[in-house]
Amino acid sequence: MDNELAISVKHVSKHFKLPHEKNTGLKQALINFRPGQRQIETQRVLRDINFDVKKGEFFGIVGRNGSGKSTLLKMLAGIYQPAAGELHVKGKLVPFIELGVGFNQELTGRENVYLNGALLGFSRKQTEEMYEGIVEFAELEAFMDQKLKNYSSGMQVRLAFSIAIRAKSDILLIDEVLAVGDEAFQRKCLDIFEQYKAQKQTVVLVTHDMDTVRKFCTRAMLISEGEIVSIGNPRSVADKYSQLNQKAIDKVTDAENKKQLDGQFLKAKILGPDHSPRASFNLGDSLLVDINWHDLDPKRLESIGVHIFKLSGEHVTGINSRATKHPKNWKEKGHIAIEFKLNIAPGKYYVLIEAFHEPGKVTDSLMGGLQFSVITKTDMTWSGLTELPHSWHEDGVAGARN
Amino acid sequence: MTDFKLRYQNSALGYAWSLVRPLVLFAILLTVFGFILKIGSTIPHYPIYLLIGIVLWNFFAEATNSGLQSIVGRGDLIRKLNFPRYIIVVAGSVSAFINLLISLVVVFAFLLFSGVPLHPIALLFPFLIIELYLIALALAFFLAAWYVKYRDITYMWELFMQAAFYGTPIIYPMAVVVKKSPIIAKILLLNPMGQIIQDSRYVLVSNQTVVMSSLTHNWLLILAPILLVCAAIGIATYYFRKSSKDFAENV
Repeated sequence: MDNELAISVKHVSKHFKLPHEKNTGLKQALINFRPGQRQIETQRVLRDINFDVKKGEFFGIVGRNGSGKSTLLKMLAGIYQPAAGELHVKGKLVPFIELGVGFNQELTGRENVYLNGALLGFSRKQTEEMYEGIVEFAELEAFMDQKLKNYSSGMQVRLAFSIAIRAKSDILLIDEVLAVGDEAFQRKCLDIFEQYKAQKQTVVLVTHDMDTVRKFCTRAMLISEGEIVSIGNPRSVADKYSQLNQKAIDKVTDAENKKQLDGQFLKAKILGPDHSPRASFNLGDSLLVDINWHDLDPKRLESIGVHIFKLSGEHVTGINSRATKHPKNWKEKGHIAIEFKLNIAPGKYYVLIEAFHEPGKVTDSLMGGLQFSVITKTDMTWSGLTELPHSWHEDGVAGARN
Repeated sequence: MTDFKLRYQNSALGYAWSLVRPLVLFAILLTVFGFILKIGSTIPHYPIYLLIGIVLWNFFAEATNSGLQSIVGRGDLIRKLNFPRYIIVVAGSVSAFINLLISLVVVFAFLLFSGVPLHPIALLFPFLIIELYLIALALAFFLAAWYVKYRDITYMWELFMQAAFYGTPIIYPMAVVVKKSPIIAKILLLNPMGQIIQDSRYVLVSNQTVVMSSLTHNWLLILAPILLVCAAIGIATYYFRKSSKDFAENV
């Protein structure tokens, strides 16, 4: 193994055997003992995984739930054995798959630190050296001789996390533990990550928080359905992850959007540039809101308004057909579409449609269900809500110069 | 160690409780078999015979039982941390061992109290205790690994222990068995637990105690229980190490 490497994973696969009836009893095993007849379902969790982590890297592993990243982590920690392939870890690796594993409510805080240290493979002396730092980081100096059962849940989490953070090892394995503690404590944790990065501590971090990945990771890897989808630049990996997530959400919203939304007489759906129903758009794509109506008393209508809102509530735009006199004349049955160029910030939006009898008087409206999302591009050249039409003037403009 | 400390932390009598159970059993058995049925009237110092048997058996039962439960009972740790799995099993047996040591203090107090003279041969007793610990640990390893796969081992072991209690010379004197059938007596003494208990009585109380060497001069038979223990601990550690790799998935 290369001297620069901390972790090397070559062609690693893992599957679990899931018997249809679990033979947890001898009786069961005897009854079902017919060679070749037992039905075993093999669930492939990881397939041919290859990657390296170099010393001093802050390596991120991301993936949706059930993608196999936790299994991979457990194999790195030596809890599971790979079914095939080779996995090498160089140096002392300390895993934090869950906080406070092995904490004992009946023991004092101090005893628990030593117990936890022992479980993580530290000698008594090593734990002693780390002890001060752990207590200080957890801000629990006054409580260390109290039994753990008298701690608040927040205090327990703080103690557990401090052990995780302060454990001195060559490689740290951290599994989504960031979502604990109050804001001040979280900030402290992020500071520690900053320190890790500066000290070139080798860290493997599994997380769902893409901001953390973008900010701290030097390299990242995206796993989906047991395979590596993308590895390398944390920014592009984070983007890919967001897209992957969006696709999963879209599957649901797509199905909803296919049913067009019915009001009293208005019906509407969201279409993509190819005129088929769609719920997720790339930045800059065209979006069509297709509206039709029937059984309408033409005298009751004079205009249609289409609004786009962010899901968080901000009104992005509102267009009324009155301004352009569309449609030219209302009939009992009709069809109209409006096209938007989606020059708006990545995120989730919904469309609100209203029919007006006269200005200010709504006769029908469609709301909720017409949702869509805009996906980010890696090479976005602007930030904020939207890119306003703009131009640069070299050397400034006349009259403003002094 | 943690187990032991925890078990008695919140009870007022503390460590004393670990003594109460074997002593109560001792009192009951002594009343029934010693005074009512008068089984032990043929041998001198029957109460001490009985006490030694119960204390050693009690350790065996406690160590194997806690060993059986140990891996499954600590499933949360097994699934989340990678540390040598044998530590959990050993920890369970160590806490039983501490109980044994405390009980042995009582045994020696009884010995002094009844005026039984200790001979230099009593120095062999620690070796018997080591043998006892090893056989209990070997079985604990097997049971712990099996229990991960087969959950009804626990009931089977309970039944087995009930039968084994009477298959081991604890309550009844071996001399009675020898009178009936020397072969059965030999078989009972091939069982390491029978051998350990009888040998302990031999070295601590009286050289009139029936042990294997008083029934036969065949060295193979005399050494068989010890060889059995050595083989058991060897196979058990190998088996446990091999199957412990999959504990995290199956537990």
